[in-house]
Amino acid sequence: MAETTQFELVSPERLVLSRDVEMVVVPGSEGYFGVLPRHAPMISTLSAGVIDIYQGGSVVERIFVAGGFAEVTETRCTVLAEEARPLGEVTLADVEKELAGDRDVLKDTKDEVEREKLQDRIRMLEALADAKRKAA
Amino acid sequence: MANLKDLKIRIKSVKSTQKITSAMKMVAAAKLRRAQEAAEAARPYAQRMERMIASLGAKVGSSGGPRLIAGTGKDDVHMIVVATADRGLCGGFNSSIVRAARRRIIELEREGKTVKIMTVGRKARDQLRRTHGAKIVKSMENVARTVVGFETADNIARELIHAFDAGEFDVCTIFFNRFKSAMSQIVTAQQLIPASVPEAEEEQGDELKALYEYEPDEEGILAALLPRNVATQIYAALLENAASEHGARMTAMDSATRNAGDMIDRLTMTYNRTRQAVITKELIEIISGAEAL
Repeated sequence: MAETTQFELVSPERLVLSRDVEMVVVPGSEGYFGVLPRHAPMISTLSAGVIDIYQGGSVVERIFVAGGFAEVTETRCTVLAEEARPLGEVTLADVEKELAGDRDVLKDTKDEVEREKLQDRIRMLEALADAKRKAA
Repeated sequence: MANLKDLKIRIKSVKSTQKITSAMKMVAAAKLRRAQEAAEAARPYAQRMERMIASLGAKVGSSGGPRLIAGTGKDDVHMIVVATADRGLCGGFNSSIVRAARRRIIELEREGKTVKIMTVGRKARDQLRRTHGAKIVKSMENVARTVVGFETADNIARELIHAFDAGEFDVCTIFFNRFKSAMSQIVTAQQLIPASVPEAEEEQGDELKALYEYEPDEEGILAALLPRNVATQIYAALLENAASEHGARMTAMDSATRNAGDMIDRLTMTYNRTRQAVITKELIEIISGAEAL
């Protein structure tokens, strides 16, 4: 059995995933990076993108995250994600519908904080739609 | 002495009250379990975030850093977030939070600071409106309807950070109840802004700090991490609060149910005595009537 690293995906509400993996590819804010066992310790911010989990040389799971942080040590990789959705569970049509809905709401929103929040959300959904299109 | 009919009505009314309180107790118990599970599930995220901030904070140290850690260099304007429940009937849960907040407000004002209040939950607003109405800048309700979502906490955090960046306050503290057990909750005041850097754990402290690589740099990560941390802390506080609320309500309703039971026993006793007295009186009337013949 090949050497593995412990991968944890945590969202604010719960521990989404915790398993031993051969390699994960994480969407760092300065480019995607792969984490193998005995990776040099590092902390990085993440941008919206897809996390690929490799097992036995191929991708076994693809999860979309809406940005967050990754902490890597030699034996584990912890991702703190703001929102995590397995790519297989969302459909492009749903995302686009959500996106259109949020854009509509944004048009009528005056409150600055509220606008900022919606814009963040729209950016996240756009990234998700992008990832979905690429995967298709 | 009350007559039989009055007593009967009284007993019936206490019985239906008891039914309500015991149902509320059951509901609170079920909700408490859910709230505890949610609090449990949220812990990993908070722990890991704390760990990152500890290692980052130690690096950036006292040399300044982002304003969310370093503060504005003043503490003239205090923002106080008072988090309570939307509903009552949960013992001293709401009042104890408000009392603690009120004490702090008076203390701060005596020191000549300006105080602004943000209330989360209807009871906080209702109780503070009378005495400190003018200081309330924002009120939120319906936060803990079913289960507290992270989004709610995120919204509050955004409001706060927005106001902080606009220079509306210097220090922010949140008041909530920390869940100890169903019986006891501890009113806690936690400072959100400027963030207190948790001490890195001794054994991993120094070596890990030096080891990490940062991408982008420490400051960049901190700048992204700190706003999230505010939201995470608020979220944790709201979850603790929700669990405490249900715990407090469960205890309060339990003792209310027991009190109702005691009362029913006493009333039933009186009812039976009265009934007996009435029968005896009637008998005496009949017998003495018969003897008189």
